Amino acid sequence: MATQNANINVHHVTRVEGHGNIVVNVTDGAVEKCEWQVPEAPRFFEAMVRGRHYSEVARITSRICGICSVGHTLASLKASEAALGIEISQQTDLLRRILKHAENFDSHILHVYFLVAPDLLGAPSVFPLVPTHTDVVKRALRMKRLGHEWGSCIGGRTTHPTRAVVGGFSSLPGGAKNVREAEDNLRELKEKLLAAVPDAVATFELLGELAGGIPDFTRETEYVGLVDDKEYGLYDGKIGCVMPDGSRELIDVSGYRSVTNEYMTDQATAKFAKHNMDSYMAGALARINLNYDMLHPEAKKLAEGLGFKTLCFNPYMNSVAQFVEAVHSVYMSVGYIDQILEVGLKDEKPAAPTKFGRGAGATEVPRGILFHEYEYDQDGFCTMGNCIIPTNQNHGNIQRDFDKLVPELLAMDKTEKEMELALEMLVRAYDPCISCSTHYLDVTFKK
Amino acid sequence: MAKVKCAWFDFASCEGCQIELTNYGEPFVELLEHVEPVEFREAMSEKTTEKIDVAFIEGSFSREADRRRLEEIRDRASVVVAYGACAASGGVNALKNHQDDYAEEVYGEDAKRPHLDSQKALPISAAIKVDYEIPGCPMDKAEFIRVVEQLVHGTSKVYIPSYPVCVECKRRETVCRYDDGDHCLGPISLAGCGAPCPADGIPCEACRGMVDNPNEAAMELVLKENGNLPEQWAKDKSRMFTANQRGDA
Repeated sequence: MATQNANINVHHVTRVEGHGNIVVNVTDGAVEKCEWQVPEAPRFFEAMVRGRHYSEVARITSRICGICSVGHTLASLKASEAALGIEISQQTDLLRRILKHAENFDSHILHVYFLVAPDLLGAPSVFPLVPTHTDVVKRALRMKRLGHEWGSCIGGRTTHPTRAVVGGFSSLPGGAKNVREAEDNLRELKEKLLAAVPDAVATFELLGELAGGIPDFTRETEYVGLVDDKEYGLYDGKIGCVMPDGSRELIDVSGYRSVTNEYMTDQATAKFAKHNMDSYMAGALARINLNYDMLHPEAKKLAEGLGFKTLCFNPYMNSVAQFVEAVHSVYMSVGYIDQILEVGLKDEKPAAPTKFGRGAGATEVPRGILFHEYEYDQDGFCTMGNCIIPTNQNHGNIQRDFDKLVPELLAMDKTEKEMELALEMLVRAYDPCISCSTHYLDVTFKK
Repeated sequence: MAKVKCAWFDFASCEGCQIELTNYGEPFVELLEHVEPVEFREAMSEKTTEKIDVAFIEGSFSREADRRRLEEIRDRASVVVAYGACAASGGVNALKNHQDDYAEEVYGEDAKRPHLDSQKALPISAAIKVDYEIPGCPMDKAEFIRVVEQLVHGTSKVYIPSYPVCVECKRRETVCRYDDGDHCLGPISLAGCGAPCPADGIPCEACRGMVDNPNEAAMELVLKENGNLPEQWAKDKSRMFTANQRGDA
């Protein structure tokens, strides 16, 4: 006997960044309403950057999001550098990749341990787990701290990094006074990363135990993320798209608007995005579906151990993909540090502009592909900005998952509470970062 | 001693200050011996309707619609702490306050939709009484702990320095940005952060706000003459984090 009536109204879903609501009304077996709504306060960053000098723009747009501030900084720098005709050095490229990996690790650990794990352990938050699962909580805090120290070593700090500037870095790793000291800082970072392997293995074992609690739900969709010929798409690359039948497409970042196609909806929450299908997914699951073969062998081993097979169409598996990526980031960064030390670190000045025009840049933030675009006048002041964040790109996909999941839950005779949890867990799996409120539009609340 | 019941709330912000709370590492568990989180939407599903000892508020007051929520928090909390630049001064959100077309720029013809209503970004103290402010973008997590320590021990005054960032640069022997061919807002900026930005080779942007009675005219002159900034840039420089504290706000 299927569930006939349900009224779910989750105002401000907890354990996500920013504010989102879930509203579902089912009467006599008919779904009257099933909506993912976004009432975040708008902040108007694209208006704020107008008139600001190119050296200030990333410092402003970093403030779009506290948890993806490294990614916003890097996407912003890349867009500005494209607009200003700046080529960065090999060393800057490598250091930025390490910084990007640090953010991915940092954010994924936060998400998997603090936001998702409580659901799988049957707790309302991490705090009740402090006395019952002290070792797990301490490990989570230790790993989160590592992500912070790792990013800070390269970027100065992780929330709104100081050292990453247009054209390169404004100071050496660890804030060192000279190259030798900076190389020692990198060596120390490498030791810290390798020392984290036992914690990663323990996390793998924990996830293995909890994996049974991950809902079995699939919906075929398009996946969009960076594809880089140098590594698993994260810091750089072209826009890759993979369809449910496995067919692929690569698009240059300058053509990002042909992928995001932002549009308004009648149901109307944020601006939605669509490409080849009704909606697409960005984030760790998209990246792993696009780049599985490029995973570090150690990360691939864990993915296999967790039963991961691509293409994976279960959005709840995004959290598992995040953990696999976190391990990948540890090993990749160790490799990059070795590469830098092998040729020797240099004290480089940031590269200067060669022109003033318009340019776009993309990087992957933990929750998916991020685009920034700017135009500069002849004196280097910004005349236009456009930022398209991954959470907005995912709203349409979350809605379509809801549309498929709710009838399935009803058919399984789930109670209102169970449905509510399943929907909240789905939203959390996407790891939405709604505080990145750049493009939020109409919200209607039907009571 | 009973644990201090704390709750966290967020308004228009990037939520980066609450992220800083997760960066303490294992010692965070010790903090939990003294404070009891009772509500924290980003981290907890638990909620409470009971009295709160300390409410930590992040983000700016930028919508009239948020006033009631803020008043409810004030009614429930014995102490209200506005933490981070957005809450303490309006922060980066106020960078658009002098513009009159910001909504049209971002949303085009949809700008008139009622939910996009957003007034000037203001500090939390523009809506409710705030007992303590922790400045900075992001807030300094060591300073946050000092404030919590003082609240836990019932110290009456929470100490935030009142001298400019230049003092801290001198103390840590950082080469002045002006001597390095750059510019900087250090002379009028509130210290307490330890001046990490000039040490990292970038200008201080006054994210903690201005010192008392800042000489803005002299600052503008220094930016032009010593920093070689063109007229308009020198005039606009301090809008990034201190738009609400400027003489023209």
